[in-house]
Amino acid sequence: MALSTMVLKMLEGFEGTCAIFFLTLLFSLPLGLLVALLRRSKLVIISSITKFCISVLRGTPLMLQLIAVAYGPYYLFGVSISRNKLIPVVIAFAINYAAYFAEIYRSGIDSMPIGQYEAAEVLGYSKAQTFMKIILPQVVRRILPSMTNEIVTLVKDTSLAFTISYVEMFTIGKQIANSQTSFMPFVVAGVFYYVFNAVVAFVMGKVEKKMDYYDI
Amino acid sequence: MSILSMQNIEKSFGKHQVLKDISFSVDEGEVVSIIGPSGSGKSTLLRCATFLETIDSGVIAYNDKPVTSMQNGKCVYVKDLNEFRKCFGLVFQNFNLFPHYTVLKNMMDAPVSVLGRDKEEVRAECMELLKKMGLEDRAEFYPCQLSGGQQQRVSIVRALAMKPQILFFDEPTSALDPELTGEVLKVIKELAEENMTMVIVTHEMQFARAVSDRVIFMDGGVIVEQGAPEEVFGNTENERTKQFLANYNR
Repeated sequence: MALSTMVLKMLEGFEGTCAIFFLTLLFSLPLGLLVALLRRSKLVIISSITKFCISVLRGTPLMLQLIAVAYGPYYLFGVSISRNKLIPVVIAFAINYAAYFAEIYRSGIDSMPIGQYEAAEVLGYSKAQTFMKIILPQVVRRILPSMTNEIVTLVKDTSLAFTISYVEMFTIGKQIANSQTSFMPFVVAGVFYYVFNAVVAFVMGKVEKKMDYYDI
Repeated sequence: MSILSMQNIEKSFGKHQVLKDISFSVDEGEVVSIIGPSGSGKSTLLRCATFLETIDSGVIAYNDKPVTSMQNGKCVYVKDLNEFRKCFGLVFQNFNLFPHYTVLKNMMDAPVSVLGRDKEEVRAECMELLKKMGLEDRAEFYPCQLSGGQQQRVSIVRALAMKPQILFFDEPTSALDPELTGEVLKVIKELAEENMTMVIVTHEMQFARAVSDRVIFMDGGVIVEQGAPEEVFGNTENERTKQFLANYNR
């Protein structure tokens, strides 16, 4: 198979890769913030349950979680497996990444000096206003480097979707490699991921620069 | 009429009692300085007055309206503290400006989004205040682009933008070097001349003497002595006050 044919075929799978990437970010970024707030709850029962869930999600392989979400409902409740594999993939990814993002948000929120809360309180800001206007914008600035790290990992993790035979770039690459007994598709996949991540790093670098208008 | 009244205030952190049956009040137009050694409870008293700390017992009132009341031996706060927060402003030792907001936004945001006032009207007032401070060319600067003295002056005008009846200062110059201290003290002096009601916790004895109508000396969680600055600084009878001031005049 000519290299160009190979690349074109794998590009078809790239759409699937992008779908996982963007949908996971779309759901896990807000979900992570919610989980971070639950984790910081003053009610011990809520914070302990959240802490336990995070530890399970971080302490078990994403591949296992993917399989659990995709096939668990069938084995547990006899629910037929949906033909659209994107749904279980995004659910598993969004939940897993929300756990990681939650810990990053938490570290950012915890790093905020108490004086910012006190100044806002004395000025009469409500709790919600304080968080949305004063705390969160500064937290986002502080956690951007760790976020970039996690997002870069997400790009590479999309390849795990092949375990439940969701068609993305790596799935196609593997298929070609098997049928052609060639190592080339893996090289192409490697280049794809690398370029994708170079773009991610570039964009995040721009965002960081844009938020760099004040000192912490 | 007293703007602030604090009666029989008790406050403990764990087993350590920081405020022991403190009573004092501040009248309109009065400038009160609170002096005393570190750990004497001065800052805690201010933090209780501004609801950053809750008191264990006693009564706080603004304009004779009680904020707290004793019910079955427990101190209970009213529900709507924001009604009372409008009465006062607080200037912190380390400014606590919002670093992601410009000077102008630092000042304007609370009047607009907390008090719901008209944006353009607030902007005009804030620019007027900045002009008075000689900071109008800094309106679009971020706090990190200002000197410490400028930052503290901005935090003073941020508090003034809320039009408080009384302004509290918690060691406003303690984070500044001696050269920058002067510009902040000058602003406070000017406010005193305009009859702004103020309570100032400070270690600047000369300043406290010059600016205050009344000086309160605190030690070990109690008010040891209070009176006109000439009395406290000039010819105090109290041994503890004498000892404390002697260390400053060395």
